Amino acid sequence: MNLPPGQYLVEDFPVLSAGPTPLVNLGSWTFTVRSETGEAQEWNWAQFLALPHESITVDLHCVTKWSKLGTAWEGVSLDTLLSDVASSAEFVLVSAYGGYTTNLPLEDLLDGKAWVADRYDGEALAPEHGGPARLLVPHLYLWKSAKWVRDIQLLNNDEPGFWESVGYHNYGDPWREQRYWGD
Amino acid sequence: MSDTWVDGNGLAGALRELFAVDITTARGTCVGCGTVGPVAGARVYTRAPGVVARCPGCGGVLFRLVRGPDRAWLDLRGVTCLEIQVPDSG
Amino acid sequence: MARAAVLGRLSWRVADVVDVVEETSTARSLILDVPDWPGHRPGQHVDLRLTAEDGYSAQRSYSISSAPDGGRVELTVQRVEDGEVSPYLVDVVEPGDRFEVRGPVGGYFVWDPDDPAPVLLVAGGSGVVPLMAMIRTRGARGSPAPFRLIYSSRTPGTAVYRQELRVRAESNPGLEVAFAFTRVPSTATDAGRRRVGTDRLRESGWPPDLGPTCFVCGPTGFVESISRLLVDAGHDPARVLTERFGPTGG
Repeated sequence: MNLPPGQYLVEDFPVLSAGPTPLVNLGSWTFTVRSETGEAQEWNWAQFLALPHESITVDLHCVTKWSKLGTAWEGVSLDTLLSDVASSAEFVLVSAYGGYTTNLPLEDLLDGKAWVADRYDGEALAPEHGGPARLLVPHLYLWKSAKWVRDIQLLNNDEPGFWESVGYHNYGDPWREQRYWGD
Repeated sequence: MSDTWVDGNGLAGALRELFAVDITTARGTCVGCGTVGPVAGARVYTRAPGVVARCPGCGGVLFRLVRGPDRAWLDLRGVTCLEIQVPDSG
Repeated sequence: MARAAVLGRLSWRVADVVDVVEETSTARSLILDVPDWPGHRPGQHVDLRLTAEDGYSAQRSYSISSAPDGGRVELTVQRVEDGEVSPYLVDVVEPGDRFEVRGPVGGYFVWDPDDPAPVLLVAGGSGVVPLMAMIRTRGARGSPAPFRLIYSSRTPGTAVYRQELRVRAESNPGLEVAFAFTRVPSTATDAGRRRVGTDRLRESGWPPDLGPTCFVCGPTGFVESISRLLVDAGHDPARVLTERFGPTGG
């Protein structure tokens, strides 16, 4: 079994959160992609459900050292969500209901590497795990997979998010053990 | 049980690793809503990659603490002016 | 008592379990020997860390239940259902085991034995632990400060230190203890009334004009409710000190 350095395996699904679970009403839920020029594309819940969904099985690696392998999700690929966006931006800042943010290079969301997931293990995604929908970017530490995702802002300049601005690594590759600044 | 928080008393140990005096009695003002109170009264979320202390009034983040293997980071941007009691040295 | 100015920062140290005391069917006290323990103030707690061989570590805070006594520190742990750490501490740990502790910590929820003001202690469940440290310190120091404890628990069987509290109430002048059992019908013998409310706080507590210090400790909901009632009854909010044991105390 191949785990990233410093990780240990868990069978349960730990719940970590920087604050209270946001209570998001599906009737008012939206997901928005905003380009660096201000153009925005928005989906409400019905529109989001109507987008093509994929089923994926991925491994999760949390910076707090637990890894959970073979997790099954359904969601919409970021390739789909970003397909109509005209942008030359290099970076994104992801925002969530409740105020959490995280940042990534735009290219780490593309080419089959990221999803907005609304189902886990065959069921609607539970609020404690990020429901109604969360970002899923399995090749990076799990803090980048923002729960309760609300919008993605494309940016020309990188802007550190919630954890990146207080010690956690700006990129967060588990295979290079990039946990903290300077790793 | 993702909404699990403890009060700021639970931060006393983590902060005593960084500061030579107890900080839980320190009083600060929330930048978001102006509520004044002791660190001991903050709502502290510890089941996270770091510790997040939130204002009991508005829920805004008061401060964040991340502990690395040989470093710690403390971001205090949610608090204006902490008043800390220090033993009289004079 | 000298305010030991513990200079410098605090770090983890290894504690040896020298004895265990079965308090109730779900709670146990662990008596630790901690080298270079600087002493502690009643109400303070320690952080306790367990590390498994694969690197997994879990950390919880536990209040110190003992009066200062050299390098000896007593923690009382309540087993939390589906808890991660407490079942291990209550069911498995034996004398000779060791784990890491960081402490003593806490400067907010502490009682000063030199303060003569009356003290009201309101405990919900395992919230009685730091309050017991205050009661035991008061006894050891012969402090004259009048103490009243209102201890709310589900049943007489789940109330820790019940026997010791009864003995102390009889033999320590100025200490009064009242129990409230929330799961026992009020018609049963030796049962207090049910939930602690305004009436109970007035009957078994102190009137606000005596300027008491109030220490309220227990689950979050209990603490918020009691502290609101105390402030509504006229107690100075600055003298109502709280410690909430959230559901994370597992």
